Amino acid sequence: MSENNYDLVVIGAGPGGYVSAIRAAQLGMKTAVIEREHYGGICLNWGCIPTKALLRSSEINHLLHNLKEFGFSADNIAYDLGKVVKRSRRVARRLSGGIGYLLKKNDVTAIDGEARITAPGKIAVTDKDGKALPEVTAKHIIIATGARARTLPGLEPDGEKIWTYKEAMVPSEMPQSLLVVGSGAIGIEFASFYQNMGVPVTVVEVMDRILPVEDAEISELALKAFKAQGMTLHTGATVESLSPQGDNVNVQLKLADGSQETTEVHRVILAVGITGNVENMGLEEVGVKVEKGHISINEWCETGVPGIYAIGDVAGPPWLAHKASHEGILCVEKIAGLDHVHPMQTSNIPGCTYCRPQVASVGLTEQAATEQGYDIKVGRFPYQGNGKAVALGEPEGLIKTIFDAKTGELLGAHMIGAEVTELIQGYGIAKTLETTEQELMHTVFPHPTLSEMMHESVLDAYDRVIHI
Amino acid sequence: MPISILMPALSPTMEEGTLAKWHVKEGDTVTSGDILAEIETDKATMEVEAVDEGTIGKIVINEGTEGVAVNTTIAILLEEGESSDDLEKVSETAQSEKPAEKPAVNGDGGAAAIAQDEPGNVEATGQSTSAEPRQVSSATAGRIFASPLARRLAQQKGLNLEGITGTGPNNRIIKRDVAKALESGAPVQAQELVRADAQGQTLPAAVQGMPDSQILALYDPGSYEIVPHDNMRRIIATRLVESKQTIPHFYLTLDCELDQLLISRKRMNEAAPKEGPNAFRLSVNDFVIKALAMALQQVPEANATWTEQGTLRHKSSDVGVAVAVEGGLFTPVIRHAELKSLSEISNEMKELAERARNRRLAPHEYQGGVTSISNLGMYGISKFDAVINPPHSSILAVGMGEKRPVVKGDELEIATVMTVTLSCDHRVVDGAIGADLLNAFKQFIDDPVTMLV
Repeated sequence: MSENNYDLVVIGAGPGGYVSAIRAAQLGMKTAVIEREHYGGICLNWGCIPTKALLRSSEINHLLHNLKEFGFSADNIAYDLGKVVKRSRRVARRLSGGIGYLLKKNDVTAIDGEARITAPGKIAVTDKDGKALPEVTAKHIIIATGARARTLPGLEPDGEKIWTYKEAMVPSEMPQSLLVVGSGAIGIEFASFYQNMGVPVTVVEVMDRILPVEDAEISELALKAFKAQGMTLHTGATVESLSPQGDNVNVQLKLADGSQETTEVHRVILAVGITGNVENMGLEEVGVKVEKGHISINEWCETGVPGIYAIGDVAGPPWLAHKASHEGILCVEKIAGLDHVHPMQTSNIPGCTYCRPQVASVGLTEQAATEQGYDIKVGRFPYQGNGKAVALGEPEGLIKTIFDAKTGELLGAHMIGAEVTELIQGYGIAKTLETTEQELMHTVFPHPTLSEMMHESVLDAYDRVIHI
Repeated sequence: MPISILMPALSPTMEEGTLAKWHVKEGDTVTSGDILAEIETDKATMEVEAVDEGTIGKIVINEGTEGVAVNTTIAILLEEGESSDDLEKVSETAQSEKPAEKPAVNGDGGAAAIAQDEPGNVEATGQSTSAEPRQVSSATAGRIFASPLARRLAQQKGLNLEGITGTGPNNRIIKRDVAKALESGAPVQAQELVRADAQGQTLPAAVQGMPDSQILALYDPGSYEIVPHDNMRRIIATRLVESKQTIPHFYLTLDCELDQLLISRKRMNEAAPKEGPNAFRLSVNDFVIKALAMALQQVPEANATWTEQGTLRHKSSDVGVAVAVEGGLFTPVIRHAELKSLSEISNEMKELAERARNRRLAPHEYQGGVTSISNLGMYGISKFDAVINPPHSSILAVGMGEKRPVVKGDELEIATVMTVTLSCDHRVVDGAIGADLLNAFKQFIDDPVTMLV
């Protein structure tokens, strides 16, 4: 086997790509990964991780402004934005460096460059100066190039006053006011960060509720919580135009009632979805089908062109790092012919939004369950009934569970409140193991923890709740 | 490299068994052919012989362990020059979760070359790389691995989890498997009846039997003890339920006269050598076996087995004989019974019955066959109907020989009469064929000299 001939080549070293490559190497394949920019992809460099670092700072800012509740007092509370951003970048860099180590440890060849599939099994690579590197051949190619912010006509970022997530993550100064267009996870996390850092934030969402993929009840609670923090939120509203004016942006809004509103904001963040990185890779030439900005795949991540697969964001929603990683693993294991490889079960993928309060969910919303014809039982447990939540000073939130009344299958779980992003995987395991309400009821939850609410919510679905 | 001694498969369908007894201990030297251990399945006990020479380095599976999957390493044999230090090599290999070597990926798909690295795979050593143990049905052990949701769905639909192949991790039965089983309807006895209902209405519990909870509720706790089912009991239950639900039985009854047979038997036994290799002592049942075997040759249509592809017409008369044993029964098969003499049949039967009682029959000794004989004469039963033992197409239920009044011509006489009832599988043996078979049988019994032709 020649040096540049591999069993598997992964294009893109994000959470889908590098995980696939490591798994393939574990399975004995000679593996390479081609990355044009950052090991770890958007997730580690410009997404999940650095935003968590920023949000941590904003949480601390919030806490510092509420010290009294805990018996402290402090004056002159202030933050240095440069240092906040610097910390976020340092965290990203540290983890990105870790990926290089993991690849090396697993004997995965890392190739820095831009890949173009010239024929099935053949990849031309150019380095950042446009110089051609030796051709790489592979029996199997996984495309894991991820996605980038989607833009809409009239809503184009300018990188100065109208931002995407990328500029929003490294502000050089705090905006005096901020408009966030789109209330999905990305939009809401930035809205929450800036709001908690003291910036007046307005959110515009075209759908009739914020966090539209979440359960309607959770969206409603989130809306109330954000409004209580001073955020302005318009649902069922659209941005008609954005026009920079001096150091500000003039915004034309069309509100839910049809009325027009003109306002001026200092900065705008566009978070209206993402689109796959499908360009300049030779996809059309080799016959890989691209639809609505994403590569079409089947349940095994196969593109239809033998030997070419696609995983993660580039292959369509849900756009989640953990979905990309899981797809990468099942794709590689399928290639390797392992037994018991199963297609992704989207109903078992949890989703987390790290705003304050946090939002997390897995499975069907109440509405979706009803629409699918399930006869359901719904359990709810509020944070105010939980000792740990009250002791933490976090008495706001709800844990909602949805069961199939006939079989006791846990169809969905929806949570809002402190630390729910760390709790949701309890229900994730329950769903993967196919537990019914019985096993959840028989599980002993430790006291005092937030997790007790997960138990109580299940009990409530069967009218056995104790603490409300 | 030390040699792994693997759990043998006593039959092609065997998936696991009990390691009943070790005949060797660690440190013992063995040569090829030495008996190492005894393995028990639901039907048989078999001895494991040493194939290679060496010293028993380690006994991996202890005596009395149940549910040992076929091909599991049960002991490790050290070859000449190896010491216990070499054992570690084996155990390291066995415990390593990652493939010991990184195999190359072959051309298209690379399926074959990738080693399994899932934990829970009982494959231990480099000696065998078969993936068979992974195929072990979830239903073989006493415990069935199934997700709670799968259990509940199965219970609600009256589906028996036994017989469903799990596709979850380590062959756990999950929701999808139950859904698939319900779709195909295949392993579900109750379900087949539900599907057969033309009105599209489901037939509830009546065809499923009462659930345990309902039965237990009828008796005071403490008024009974629960005897757990062993594999034999479960298999008898499953096979016979299957038989009664899938084989359309009908029954033919006839009286045979034994007087001539008893005279012949007496004379033959008197003339028989009492000792030595040719010694024999005939029973009535030996005549029954021979007569049925010869009747099958006379009515070849009845010497048949139903399959979906077609009817198997058998050439030889392989007759099973039910032998009651502690806790159940075996049906060892006398092959080519039509060609064997009465004394051969008699001696073979004695030997098989003896081994059956000790549970030492090999699977090939009780599998197959085309019909069987169940004789309850010695219990004083005058007449009964037997359940066909699949895949047989008939079974002959033999009652007690007793003196009865019979009408001969216009006279009332006394004769020794034995009532036999033939249960037939109507899919292959129609009424007339069954009657022909039974009449041919009667003719041989009534006039046993004709058997000698």
